[in-house]
Amino acid sequence: MASPTIPLTPVNLTAKDFKSDQEVRWCPGCGDYSILAAMQRFMPELGIPRENIVFVSGIGCSSRFPYYMNTYGMHSIHGRAPAIATGLSVSRPDLSVWVVTGDGDALSIGGNHLIHALRRNVNLKILLFNNRIYGLTKGQYSPTSELGKITKSTPAGSADSPFNPISLALGAEATFVARTIDSDAKHLQSVMRAAAQHEGSAFVEIYQNCNIFNDGAFELIKDSTTREDHLIRLEQGEPITFGADKQFSVTHPAGSFGLKVEEGGQALVHDATVDDPAYAFALSRLSGSDLGTTPIGVFRNVQRPSYDELITKQLVDAKATAEGTPEQMLDGLLNKADTWTIL
Amino acid sequence: MSAGAKRVEQLDRVVIRFAGDSGDGMQLTGDRFTSETAQLGNDISTLPNFPAEIRAPAGTLPGVSSFQVHFADYDILTPGDSPNVLVAMNPAALKANLADLPSGADIIVNTDEFTKRNLAKVGYAASPLEDGSLSDYAVHPVALTSMTVGALAELGVAKKDGERAKNMFALGLLSWMYSRPFESTLRFLETKFAKRPDLVAANKAAFQAGWNFGETTESFTVRYEVKPARMKPGTYRNITGNQALALGLVAASVRSKLPLFLGAYPITPASDILHELSKHKKFGITTVQAEDEIAAIGAAVGASYGGALGVTTTSGPGVALKGETISLAIALELPLVIVDVQRAGPSTGMPTKTEQADLNMALFGRHGEAPLAVIAPKSPSDCFHAAIEAARIALKYRTPVILLSDNYVANGSEPWLLPSADELPDISVEFTTEPNGEDGRFLPYLRDPETMARPWAIPGTAGLEHRIGGLEKADKTGDISYDPANHEHMVRTRAARIEAIPVPDVEVEDADENARVLVLGWGSTYGPIGAACRALRQRGLPIAQAHLRHLAPLPANLGEVLAAYDKVVIPEMNLGQLAHVIRAKYLVDAVPFNQVSGLPFTAATLENMLEDVVKNG
Repeated sequence: MASPTIPLTPVNLTAKDFKSDQEVRWCPGCGDYSILAAMQRFMPELGIPRENIVFVSGIGCSSRFPYYMNTYGMHSIHGRAPAIATGLSVSRPDLSVWVVTGDGDALSIGGNHLIHALRRNVNLKILLFNNRIYGLTKGQYSPTSELGKITKSTPAGSADSPFNPISLALGAEATFVARTIDSDAKHLQSVMRAAAQHEGSAFVEIYQNCNIFNDGAFELIKDSTTREDHLIRLEQGEPITFGADKQFSVTHPAGSFGLKVEEGGQALVHDATVDDPAYAFALSRLSGSDLGTTPIGVFRNVQRPSYDELITKQLVDAKATAEGTPEQMLDGLLNKADTWTIL
Repeated sequence: MSAGAKRVEQLDRVVIRFAGDSGDGMQLTGDRFTSETAQLGNDISTLPNFPAEIRAPAGTLPGVSSFQVHFADYDILTPGDSPNVLVAMNPAALKANLADLPSGADIIVNTDEFTKRNLAKVGYAASPLEDGSLSDYAVHPVALTSMTVGALAELGVAKKDGERAKNMFALGLLSWMYSRPFESTLRFLETKFAKRPDLVAANKAAFQAGWNFGETTESFTVRYEVKPARMKPGTYRNITGNQALALGLVAASVRSKLPLFLGAYPITPASDILHELSKHKKFGITTVQAEDEIAAIGAAVGASYGGALGVTTTSGPGVALKGETISLAIALELPLVIVDVQRAGPSTGMPTKTEQADLNMALFGRHGEAPLAVIAPKSPSDCFHAAIEAARIALKYRTPVILLSDNYVANGSEPWLLPSADELPDISVEFTTEPNGEDGRFLPYLRDPETMARPWAIPGTAGLEHRIGGLEKADKTGDISYDPANHEHMVRTRAARIEAIPVPDVEVEDADENARVLVLGWGSTYGPIGAACRALRQRGLPIAQAHLRHLAPLPANLGEVLAAYDKVVIPEMNLGQLAHVIRAKYLVDAVPFNQVSGLPFTAATLENMLEDVVKNG
């Protein structure tokens, strides 16, 4: 499990070991609580010593997360967590580095760092808590809010088209892309497990309810009376079907670039390991802001060398050519030029 | 190549400027001449001057690139105010540089390029070689291009390749004129063109043709010699500021026993440091070319958090972008070195020209009360030691340090007495590995009573798991705190701990100890200020010079030094940023003297100004 460069703990840890002594201060009823609890329960499974785990966050409600995990952690500045985590991960291959971010943090102010971390395939597990609203600044629209969203800063409705975070991550050629939901602890943990096992960047979008500023944003796919007809569970090697009676299928109509939801029809068999990101991208396009037909699960899970691995290899190869003490090497370097001697 | 039979004249110093089109290889020619000169043991100072455009249209004024080298049989401080010799490879090079020449200067021109079309490109109605306008100078017309092509024709070199070797012809000629040893240049050509033996032969032949031309032509009647300077014994190399700074960072890594991590985004004139450090992976150095300036410093902060020596290198526009992350590093109290190779601003300004106008930004340019240490190197080779000093302070006091270089020292060069690695300061620090509080608790903000630094406990250390962040932290525990008294305490502590960093006293050079005027400088102005002061003293005018390396905190004795003089003059390549600080902090009526032309001060400019102050108060 996880990266071969990260040590394993001989002790069996429990969820309690991952609870810090800090009082959790999210609003009562916030979806962040269930994500935190799921994470604390999941962490012992990794078998990694607490001291080798680091959570790095930016700014926003979700970014308080590191304070509550009894691991190493840094609550940094708005949008920059992927950049900071890149420096940490590349220089310390023995650490399991997790980035916790939100829709504003990752997709607005930090959009550049997110896409570059993903295209480099830095060995980071990036959890994007998407509540489609700015919570910490009290209710402005976010880059994932629906077009026309009425908020404090858009009384006449937002004129911004939202990002689809999964499409964005796939556009950056992320090697692992998944989506899950705060209220489904079991699914959440299964996705985290797959993310943790992935070598390289793992991007996980978590639909998270903000009960203060955007309550019920994901109700359509959470409510037991509606979700069966709107939620598509992606399972590796299984036909992509949904509906109370599995009556809906995701199909690939001949001659079409994209995928389609049909009643009946020949359901595609899900394979997240397809190298061409076009397949996962097509899956990501099944859902828009209205959540009409929303896939959750692992969209893409492919292997290519991580940035950390490539950089480490360059260092190891170069160090293999080193001779003498560091001081002797330094003397050699300083003298490696046209020199002259004055007696 | 024999010494020839021409008259030999001794000189104590010479300033040569090689000027040509940016594609003419003038930087390389200057570099080689400098290296030959260094071998001979002269003291040297050099200054390249090139356009920001990679290839401006050929033959135009914006496309002129030049390299000035000053060498002498005594120790010198600047690349020289005005050239004794100008090598002009085309009319544009002549026109762009003529105003800097004193009358009587030698001008070697490549007559092949003085065509009607090239003259018209730079607005010459008639050829200045023929209209008498250069009568104040000793003009040596040389058909550089055609003679090079001619000399190489017998080797079967194509005309185009032959033309490209004309800079080696010029180098050969100048090497003959100033009796330079040429072995290192021949060796250099063999290495540079190792894969193209034809080009090695062509360039060597061009060099030799230039040398031979000097020996045989009647256009040059005198050969010059400049004896070696009396310099401290030891092994030297010539080095630019950017190279020295990069090597200083390597040395800091070796002497701190920490892996160096550089996060950088390419920017003129700092990119050379990234290039240099990326070559030295065998020292365990990681370089990340980040997606932007903010990511570059972010990655460095992340690496510092993980126990590396985190560094980011940039120029002024990059520092502006990094501001928020520098403040984060101040709040986190982690070691970090931020290198600002200053250039002329604001905005894109003049990227290849020098200025010292980022001092205010370095000292004050952040949100909140965000103090840090600031250091400025005074010369190209000093960049090496300043980089080690910046790393030392960053590591020992767990603080970001801004290292303020500038384009003048970054690209200028001088001989450097090579230090021995073992003699460099040991700047290693200890990571914290044990709990420091009661009941085995770890208190990430419990300070060392001597340094006021907090413990550096890196991830991977069992039992010390803790969280840090940009939110205000409670004293000792580091927990989030909005307590008013705690914030007051933390803000004052962050200020006090930087102010308390011990830095060496500023030294005053006052040879006769009777000066009433003190000239105070910082950073790259050391050379021209020093040269001006020497000139004044030689003329019997007393003047004292003090130069600041540490700009934050300032040396403890500075107030006393300033108070000891009737007048304090502060020359800067900005509109008075240090003067502002000095006036505010010490209530001294310091006189600013400012130049913001993108060019370094000449010694003569400062000498004239200081003479007036010394004589007239």
